[in-house]
Amino acid sequence: MNEFTTTRSNHLVDPVMHIYGWEIAVYLFLGGLVAGMMIVSGYFLYRGREKEDTCSCLYLPTLGIILLSIGMFALFLDLDYKVHVWRMYTTFQIASPMSWGAWILILVYPALILNMIIRLPWYLPTKLKFLFTWSEKLNSNPNYVKAVGIINMVLGIMLGVYTGILLSSFGARPLWNSAILGLLFLVSGLSTASALVHLITKNKEESITLAKADNGFLMAELVILFLFIIGLLSSTQVHINAADIILSGAYAPAFWVFVVGLGIVIPLIIQSLAVRHKIKHTPVAPIMVIAGGLVLRFVIVYAGQLSHWTKKAFLE
Amino acid sequence: MARFGMVIDTKKCVGCMDCVVACKTENNVPEGFCRDWIATDSKGTFPNIQMQIRTERCNHCDSPPCVSCCPCGASHVHDLGGVVLVHHDKCSGCKACIAACPYDARFINPDGYADKCTFCIHRVEEGLNPACVSVCPTRCMYFGDLDDPNSEVSRLLNSRKNKALVPEAGTKPQIFYID
Repeated sequence: MNEFTTTRSNHLVDPVMHIYGWEIAVYLFLGGLVAGMMIVSGYFLYRGREKEDTCSCLYLPTLGIILLSIGMFALFLDLDYKVHVWRMYTTFQIASPMSWGAWILILVYPALILNMIIRLPWYLPTKLKFLFTWSEKLNSNPNYVKAVGIINMVLGIMLGVYTGILLSSFGARPLWNSAILGLLFLVSGLSTASALVHLITKNKEESITLAKADNGFLMAELVILFLFIIGLLSSTQVHINAADIILSGAYAPAFWVFVVGLGIVIPLIIQSLAVRHKIKHTPVAPIMVIAGGLVLRFVIVYAGQLSHWTKKAFLE
Repeated sequence: MARFGMVIDTKKCVGCMDCVVACKTENNVPEGFCRDWIATDSKGTFPNIQMQIRTERCNHCDSPPCVSCCPCGASHVHDLGGVVLVHHDKCSGCKACIAACPYDARFINPDGYADKCTFCIHRVEEGLNPACVSVCPTRCMYFGDLDDPNSEVSRLLNSRKNKALVPEAGTKPQIFYID
């Protein structure tokens, strides 16, 4: 027998930690999605495809700004001292991934705006004359456009990796404490972004290219998930217990059914058949990929808070 | 430089919760929250049962992950004795420090900022013991400078078998429990 009791019952901490709710899961999902969109859009800019009228790189930055703003609003909702949100921007804490993230987000917006003004959207107010001037300057040299593409790709990678590192730096939560989480969230972000473009683009060639790319990202995601689990299972007892939460514990159904099954394997099969012309392209597969990416963040955020160095009893 | 720490004799602790009440009174800890608490650990099978009662709080770690993860610089190590504190006016309530603590020693104060044990630094600066130590009726708690080999805490650690809580989490906790 091993019984542990405590008189502590602090809100959000006991009996198990539940400090982070849907806000953080949604923020991490949207952050990853926008990161993927920046990489896809940046790549198309780098390849000089902005000249094609239907290229997704012309509308992805606008969509990215909207989605990232929704994500940041969710992050704001999570703060318990909302009037002090500006405190994050009065300092840079080099050892704090959250501080890195706060500043990366500040850099992401100008990069998205630079991408957006390469082809000025019709809805931009003509009063913002400086944007029109910048747009002309950017288009005066193809290397400038390429540079914007590279900046978007680099910042996209930083944003995508950061969403995972944010959690993986918490050594007190064994499930999160794996450096590969950064790569997992980056690849998941790329996969969901590819699925989104595949879903909404009017450019057929681009749609097929991104369906193929998404298949690659989904396979990579499966391999990374496998390595993530192997890493936990071959570590200490608390890490093994943490892995059990998603493999056979409370979050196993959500993980196996919605993340692995409906979020990766089934859409991978559907899209593989579609790109081989065995079946028609269907919006079902990319929708499943996007939903799977969202559920992945929910599962990792919630299950990670259950994982603990001492509270094993609550996991069973 | 002083390095403050605590030694708690679990053979003497009876779990009376005087330390918890003293802390709440001294520091105006909001209702429903606590900065220190009593843990009871029972192991074995009857008749070979072992029970340990101990008072727990922030371990004021030497390598505090709650400080390094703070994006606002609110969580910090105090100049005196390496005590881990929070600047309330700098905290944004992001809860990173709560996630980073393997002891779950922090909570969000209803006013929005991260709250925790301060080792009653306001008392210590005046040469007094923390409130929890000063009221303990069984005198099971000892507070002092771990860097001073002649301090009571150092002598106890040198002479009695002791252990810290979850040292494998790698945070170098500074509260030690005598078995």
